[in-house]
This record gives sequence, C-alpha cells and structure tokens, in this order.
Amino acid sequence: MSLVDDLYRETILDHYHNPRNHGCIENATTSVEGVNPLCGDELTLYLKVNEAGLIEDIKMNAHGCSINTASGSMMSEAILGQTVERAKEIIESFKNMMLTKGEELPLDEEMEDLEALRGVKKYPVRIKCALLPWNTLLEGLETAGAKPGLSSSLSDSK
Amino acid sequence: MPHSYSKERETATMSSLDIEKIRRDFPILRREIDGKRLVYLDNAATSQKPLSMINCLNEYYQRYNANVHRGIHTLSEEATALYEGTRETVRRFIGARESCEIIFTRGTTEAINLVAYSWGRQNVLPGDEIVLSPMEHHSNLVPWQVLAQEREAKLVFLDLTEDGEINMETAAELIGPRTKLLAITQMSNVLGTITPVQELARLAHKQGAVVLVDGAQGVPHLETSVQSMEVDFLAFSMHKMLGPTGVGVLWGKKEILNAMPPFMYGGDMISSVARERSRYNELPWKFEAGTPNIADVIASGQAIDYLNALGMETVREHEVEITRYALSRLKELKGITIYGPKDATKRGGVVSFNMPDIHPHDLGQILSDAGIAIRAGHHCCQPLMKDLKVMGTARASFYIYNTFVEVDMLMAALREADKVMGNVACR
Repeated sequence: MSLVDDLYRETILDHYHNPRNHGCIENATTSVEGVNPLCGDELTLYLKVNEAGLIEDIKMNAHGCSINTASGSMMSEAILGQTVERAKEIIESFKNMMLTKGEELPLDEEMEDLEALRGVKKYPVRIKCALLPWNTLLEGLETAGAKPGLSSSLSDSK
Repeated sequence: MPHSYSKERETATMSSLDIEKIRRDFPILRREIDGKRLVYLDNAATSQKPLSMINCLNEYYQRYNANVHRGIHTLSEEATALYEGTRETVRRFIGARESCEIIFTRGTTEAINLVAYSWGRQNVLPGDEIVLSPMEHHSNLVPWQVLAQEREAKLVFLDLTEDGEINMETAAELIGPRTKLLAITQMSNVLGTITPVQELARLAHKQGAVVLVDGAQGVPHLETSVQSMEVDFLAFSMHKMLGPTGVGVLWGKKEILNAMPPFMYGGDMISSVARERSRYNELPWKFEAGTPNIADVIASGQAIDYLNALGMETVREHEVEITRYALSRLKELKGITIYGPKDATKRGGVVSFNMPDIHPHDLGQILSDAGIAIRAGHHCCQPLMKDLKVMGTARASFYIYNTFVEVDMLMAALREADKVMGNVACR
C-alpha cells in the first residue's frame, strides 16, 4: 500500500495529532497569515525575533490537513533558535526538496525529520499543503527583516 | 475480481432505472484506478458522459463541421439546423414558452454574469437590495457583490434552519420593498438542500423583484419547469448533466431579455452594421456574439435526449433511494457530521460530511487511493463553510449510474481512512 507508506507515515501522523509549537505569541515581533485558496486552509504564524536576528520563539495557529499541519510542526522545530539567515537557508533547501524534479539531494542532518515529507512529492496537489507554512514563514521573515532597527542588526550579524 | 461486485445487489434494490445497462453506456466507468474499480462520486462537480454524446461530438467534426447562421452550403445548413434544434430540445426540457428565450453560454457562471452585467447594470440602483441564500456557489455570489459595490446596492442574505433549509418565516421579512433581485440556488452543491423556489419567487414578485435561479445542481437532477417555478431567469450547465464541458444555458423571460442590452458585441449578434453604429440582432442571437460552441451545443442535445429517455422523475427516484441509503450508512460512523436536510426527499444526491479529526483533503486522498472519487474542500462556498464553522467538507455526490454497492465501497474506504489516520470514528 503505497499511499499509507509514502504519505501517512508515522512521523507525519505524530506531528498531525500533536503539532509542536501550536498557539500564538502575545508579544510577537511578527505575525503573518497564510492561505491556500485551493482548499481554504489557513494558518497564522507568530515569530519572536530578537535584536541579534535570532528566532527566539515561533508559534502557529493552523487549520489544515495532516500534511499542512505536520509540515508546519516540523518546520517550527527546525527553525526555532536559528538565526533568520539560517532559517532562510533551511526554507530554501526544504523547498528545493519539494519542488525539484530528478536529482534528489539529501537534507542536512538537523532537518532529518523533514525527510518524511519527501513522499508528498508523489502527490502534486498536496505539495502546496506542505509548502504553505514555509511560504508563510518566508513572508514573515521578510517583514521581520524589513523592520527598522531589526534590519540593521541583521546586517550586523552577517 | 479484486472487489466484491455483486450484480444482483447492484440492480435488485434499485428504482426502475436499469443501472447495469446505463453503466454500459459510460465507457469511463470501466476504467480502473491502480487495479481498482473506479467509483465516481463527484457528480456535483461534473458528470460522466454517455457514448452517444461522445459519438455525437465525433460525428459533428467528421461529417458536418461548419459555421452556423451564415454559409449557404449544405454543411452550414446541417450544422445550423442541429444547433438551433438543440435550442428547441432545451426549451422542452425546462418547459419554457419559446426557444428564443434560450441563450447558449459557456456555463452557469457566464449565464449569471450575463444577467449581472446586462440586466443588473441597467436596473439595479443605489439603495436596492439583492437577496441571496447563504449557500450560494461563488458564481451566484461574486457577480452580485461586484454589482452591489458598483451600484451602492445592498446584499441581503436569507436565513437557514438547523437542517440547512431556507427559513421561510424570515424570508417573508427579508424579501421587502427594496428587493430588486432574488438570486437563489435550486439545489445546494454542499448541503443538497432543494429550495422552495416557487414560494420564494412569489414573495419576490409581490415586491416587484426579479428572480434568478442557479440551476447548476438542480436542472441535472430534478424535473424542472421554468413556468411552474414562476421565475424570470434560470442558469445551468450541460457538463453536469451528461453533456460536454463549455456549454451553459441562460433562460430568461422574453420581455425581460428583449429590454436588456447585449452583453458582448461582435459578429452574429448584429442585424446590420454601419461605420458609426449598428443594429442588434433579435433574441436569442443578440446575446450570442461570435461563433458559438457549435459542436458542444449539438452534443448537449444528445445528453438531454439520454436523460429524457430515462425520464427525470425516474432519475430523481433513483437519487432519493441512493441518498437515503448513503445517509443511513454514513451514520454508522461514530462522530461523523453530515450536513444538510436529514430527509432524502428534501435534498439532492449530494452528501457533505466530516469525519472526526480527519481533514477532508486527507480523506479525499485516501479514498482516491481506493479508486473512489469524491470532492474535498470548500466547494466554492466559502461563506457557507464559515457558517458551518469548518474549513471544508468531504462530499459524495451521486448520479444515474451510481449503485448501492458503490456506497458500500465508500463506507469500506472511509473505515480504512479512519484506520490510517488513527482510528477515531470506528473506535
């Protein structure tokens, strides 16, 4: 049974039933909404980025399918405590994994869990579900970076 | 065989429709999905097509392809006769008075937009009210939103009861002296609710309003007569009723259509053209600018012939039976939410539901793996989803070729899905 093995792996179901970093951040530095117009899935993502450009906290309020929820949950674990710069690299390599055809590059060791989502590639309609939290995060990081004060400290940390 | 296909069961419990015979007319139903029998339960999105309709398309292109209304040659005359003949077939099917009241469009959406642009911009004024139900498809909502914004008119929404039926008590108040238009679905594509169109139309007409019915879901499944519904406009699509994609129908009362300006301008819709100004053609061609979708319109006639041969009353009987059966089976699943009227006679063959803790998309995916096609999502009814407080629903919708056995297969697949996702409903 390909579907169960590829798509609904134990890791994914675990994150779906117990999403990590679920909720909202009261004093978030950034909050951003993501919508998948195809299915109506929505999520609100909260970030707390400190002066040094470190992601101190990330939380999500999501109403979505298992792929969407699990992807967001795994994402939050992967980028919590990272710098904005590093987070962008992680987003980049995850999106590469989901979108490139042909040659498959393995993910960095710290992103191992996310390998579970590779099976989603076989179901093109669902790739969007997996990418929604990541695209929303990317948007959030862009706005976080654009804030005065924060952007200068970001360039300092380079 | 990989599935428990019981011929006796497929036919014995059914209405007077000969399902075995019908299924043989639909080549696609013999298709297998990964070695599994295709169970097509997405008929509210589009229906499958009988061979006679497919052959008709083929024959048009192979034997008498020509532009209509112009050529003085045999092919054009044949094509024109069949194209115009289909208009007459449609007229009879919906009980209209005259075939000039039948306008071919690309689909329901274009038909509604035609009314919004042409009639709406001529008649809707600031302060006017457009009354809709809360379960309209986006195609019978967004055109009115835009018109209302443009004209500083107001959208008014009717109330639904717990069961998803129109609350007729409040309807009598909400439809008032400011109502200019009542635009309402004949049958909800989510809840399956069949609306009391005639009753509502009488309320609206008492206030001098015009009534448009979105028949995209209703016309394919219910015997429909524009005269007994007492409405002014009816819009529907052929692809949901065995016809090809790309053909819709707008029926309108002749007096109203005559008073409306054209929607699109160009060839075929004129009677004479000078450099500075033109005279427009008469009904229905006034609203059919450009070369129409000749092949698909002609093949639509075949689709209607197919339905007529079965009889719409029998079609309806079959759908009530299968819907009743599906409702009773689905209830076996613990924690399931089924939307819309509980009585199968008050609804069409559209059953929306949600399983506890399973997102409709996950459900749709797992069912697809079992060869079962359902729809999952918001069904182009986002405001209704908000009212129901869900992101989306799973939806199974039936037609003339669906069987009890297929409902059983749906049930088995739903149980399997529940197992995959963590055993919530079957615990």
